[in-house]
Amino acid sequence: MIGKLHARAQQLRATLWTMIVPPSAWAAHFLACYLLAAITCAKLGRTAPVDRTHLIVGGFTLLALLVIAASAFIAWAQRRIEGDPPPHDDSTDEDRLRFLATATLMLAALSAVAVIYVAASALFFEDCR
Amino acid sequence: MLAGGMAIAALLIYLSVMLIAAHVGRRRRGRIDHHTGMRFILWAGAIGPTILLLVLLLTALPMMRPIEAGARDLAIDVSGEQYWWRVRYRPPGGPAVDAANEIRLPAGRPVLFNLSSPDVLHSFWIPGLAGKMDMIPGRTNRLVIRATRPGRYRGACAEFCGRSHALMRFTVVVMEAQAFDRWLVKQAAPSPAALAQSDARALFRDYGCAGCHAIQPDAIGRRSIGPDLGHVGGRGSIAAGVLPNEEAAIAGFIRHPERTKPGIAMPSFDFMPEADARAIAAWLRSLE
Repeated sequence: MIGKLHARAQQLRATLWTMIVPPSAWAAHFLACYLLAAITCAKLGRTAPVDRTHLIVGGFTLLALLVIAASAFIAWAQRRIEGDPPPHDDSTDEDRLRFLATATLMLAALSAVAVIYVAASALFFEDCR
Repeated sequence: MLAGGMAIAALLIYLSVMLIAAHVGRRRRGRIDHHTGMRFILWAGAIGPTILLLVLLLTALPMMRPIEAGARDLAIDVSGEQYWWRVRYRPPGGPAVDAANEIRLPAGRPVLFNLSSPDVLHSFWIPGLAGKMDMIPGRTNRLVIRATRPGRYRGACAEFCGRSHALMRFTVVVMEAQAFDRWLVKQAAPSPAALAQSDARALFRDYGCAGCHAIQPDAIGRRSIGPDLGHVGGRGSIAAGVLPNEEAAIAGFIRHPERTKPGIAMPSFDFMPEADARAIAAWLRSLE
C-alpha cells in the first residue's frame, strides 16, 4: 500500500503552493490553540479547570500533525524520483521538483516541531492563571 | 561572584572553541564523506538541539505554574503613591497593621500582594523575589510571592511616575517565619514611646505633623495622608529608601523635604528651628 501511495505521490505536481502546506498547518494550529484558550478563559474565568480544552488542543495537534505528515510523505516520495545523477541544479522539471520537495520536507520537519512545542505548553496549564 | 563565574565560563567556552578549531585544522581534508557530513549536520544541528530544547521546555513548564495563596495566608496591601509606598499587613485572623516604605516577609510562606495606586501608574518590583507588577489607579493587581531565603532585598518603582520616580524605593526584609510572627504581633501594638507624653510628641502635634502622618496603632491619628510613622524607628531607611534612618537625616528631611525629593507633596518646614526638628527626629527614631 505504501508503495502504491509512493508511486501516486511521485505523479503529483509540486508547486510553490504545496510547499506552504506544512507552515500553514502550523499557523492554523497556533491560531486555533490561542483562540480556544482566549475564548475558554473569557467564559470560564481564571481559576476554572481546563480539562476539555486539553482534549480539544490534543485533537487540533493530531490533525495538524496528520496534514504535515501527509505533506512530508509526498515531498519525500517526490524527492526520491528517478532521474539524472547529482548535482540536481539544472533548470529542468525534475530538478525543480526535487528542490521543491526538499524544501517542503524541511519545512514539514520545522512545522511538526513547532506544533509539538505549542501543544506541550498548552497541555501543561491547568487553569487560566 | 556572579561576574567571576561568568568570566570563568567565558574563558572555558573560548578555550573549548580554540581547541576544536585547532583539532579541525589538523585533520586531513576529505576524511569525512558527503553522506557522513550531512548526517552529522542533521543530528548535531537539527535533531539534537530540538530534543534538547524539548527537554528544557518540558522541565521548565511545570515550574511556571503560579504559586497559590489561600485565605489562610498573609495578605499585604501595597499602594504606590507619589513617591512612597503605603503598606497594610492583613494577617489571617489578626488585626491589620499599617506601615510604609519597608516590607517584611516570612520565609517559606506564600504572601498575597494586593497592588493598587490612588494617583498615577507605578510598578511594584522586587528584582530578587519576583517580576514587576503594575499598580494601576482604579484596579487591584494580585501578586503572590514566596521568599525562600531570609535576607534584605531591594525594591523599586519600575514605572515612571513623576519627578522623584527614581527616589521611590523600598526594602524587603525576609525573616524566619517565627521571627516574623513575633515582629507582626509587636507591630500591632503601639510603640511605648508613642503613648508616653513627651515634649517631642507635643511638638509633633503642634507643628501639624500628625495631620498627615498617623502614629498607628491607636496613638495619634487614623488613616495617614503620608507614610504611617507608628514604628518608623525600626525601619532601615526613611523617605522611601532614600535616606539613612538617622537623627540628622530625619531632621534635615523635615525642614527641607523637597531637597531630597523634588515634587514631594510634603511642605517644607524651613521655619522650624533646628532644635525642634532634632527633637522630633530623635522621638521618631525611638518609635520601634
